[in-house]
Amino acid sequence: MEIALPATGAAPAARTASAAPAYEDGAVRLFTLAAVLWGVVGMTVGVLIAAQLTWPQLNFGIPWLSYGRLRPLHTNAVIFAFGGCTLMASSLYVVQRTSQVALFLPKLASFVFWGWQAVIVAAAISLPLGYTRGKEYAELEWPIALLIAVVWVAYAIVFFGTIGIRKVRHIYVANWFFGAFIIAVALLHIVNGAVMPVGWMKSYSVYAGVQDAMVQWWYGHNAVGFFLTAGFLGMMYYFIPKQAERPIYSYRLSIVHFWALIFTYMWAGPHHLHYTALPDWAQSVGMVFSLVLLAPSWGGMINGVMTLSGAWHKLRDDPILKFLIVSLSFYGMSTFEGPMMSIKTVNALSHYTDWTVGHVHSGALGWVGLISMGTLYYLVPRMFGQKKMYSVPAINLHFWIATIGIVLYIAAMWMAGVMQGLMWRDVHADGSLVYTFVESVKATFPFYVIRLCGGLLYLSGMLLMSWNVVMTALATRKPADEAVPTALAGAAA
Amino acid sequence: MDILFLLIPFSVLLVFALMAAFLWALQTSQFDDLDREGTRILGDDDPDLDVDQASPGALARHSSSP
Repeated sequence: MEIALPATGAAPAARTASAAPAYEDGAVRLFTLAAVLWGVVGMTVGVLIAAQLTWPQLNFGIPWLSYGRLRPLHTNAVIFAFGGCTLMASSLYVVQRTSQVALFLPKLASFVFWGWQAVIVAAAISLPLGYTRGKEYAELEWPIALLIAVVWVAYAIVFFGTIGIRKVRHIYVANWFFGAFIIAVALLHIVNGAVMPVGWMKSYSVYAGVQDAMVQWWYGHNAVGFFLTAGFLGMMYYFIPKQAERPIYSYRLSIVHFWALIFTYMWAGPHHLHYTALPDWAQSVGMVFSLVLLAPSWGGMINGVMTLSGAWHKLRDDPILKFLIVSLSFYGMSTFEGPMMSIKTVNALSHYTDWTVGHVHSGALGWVGLISMGTLYYLVPRMFGQKKMYSVPAINLHFWIATIGIVLYIAAMWMAGVMQGLMWRDVHADGSLVYTFVESVKATFPFYVIRLCGGLLYLSGMLLMSWNVVMTALATRKPADEAVPTALAGAAA
Repeated sequence: MDILFLLIPFSVLLVFALMAAFLWALQTSQFDDLDREGTRILGDDDPDLDVDQASPGALARHSSSP
């Protein structure tokens, strides 16, 4: 793929004579394309399993199409493939610009790209075949987990190496967020990945019973906190100011946001284990830390949104800013909803219902998805030497399709979840249950149909984006070819 | 809950590491001129300018983007 794009690859070499540093964007370019591809794949699987929940016959009796195998494929594809590629693209782009220096070991960055794609392909094959460690968001069996560790270390070397050779004394706040994300994910992956292999694709956790559950959700919630939050906040702190052409509302607040977030996140995990065998005090600690998290989360959200203070008209005219700013409103919603759901009495109603699914997707589709799309719309034209995306109206259309899809999805899941929670706890005067479980499943059917429609809308937005990205990349070929001689001539002169 | 004998010391160590990072940042003057640092990234458009030179018209976007 790099060979197919000679012009943009050759241009930096030709520019070394000028004062501007020549940046190494080969890996960034590939990651942006991969992110779009895996976004389409992951969301397609998501739509399929949403349809399977509505009409279970859609697994066609084929084991590798069954919900239990495709669901981890969906989560891995959207979080680690779509989200991961976007994070890697944006972090490697941002660290060069904010450090005013080219990437440290660009060849290692290429290894990170191909290694990460190998992990994704291995996941896409092994999960449908039924190989799993059975740990949510950490399903991949130990050989793949080892590959992840190797790729991650290489990624850390490239990122922190670039910080190390930076030409700017100050480390911009986005890099602190990206750096925390890289270190924390490494720690989480190692601790939760401690297994005893008993075969090439089979292993057992070294922790047992509730110990294992505690480690798993220490991992699980911090994966939300550092993979799906800190990393994307790094994007927020760079791309919103850049796209709005205004500095962040309060740079001081962004520093406070960073330190407050990372000091408080680590102990929120037990809220996933309310009313389980986990000791009651540990559950309460998890709840308290979750509630505390509301403060830094909303501080960051307000900081991002208020960047547009005095320039709100930009939100009307610029579809990329719409993606970026509306993602923050979903970030605010889900970081309010999360602490609320971590309160034990609320959790007694919400736990195990589709409310949780709705909450996750308000964060995933609304926050992570929209900010990723906004970031990719910012990066793609720059990666292909274009002044803007092939179709700007299509960005706008994508924004509205996606937003309506999210609203349908999360509203349906809120209603379904509260209804399920109320039905499950409803008892007659003699203490017997009013509803059987299957009655609650039957009552959920219409909401599953609405959720499926929301998912379909969100996926069609992603398809529209992939068309737009492909057209932008193809449009590059010709003008870029012409540009090479000019750039070379400039360097020679 | 033996696992807490691992996770709690681990978290405490992590907090110490974070504090060390914070102190390093303080002592190396990372936070000395925060008013300026927020605006600096707006001027780092060099790579984009370079890309823009390869595609006429892109410079205009930077000066007149909505």
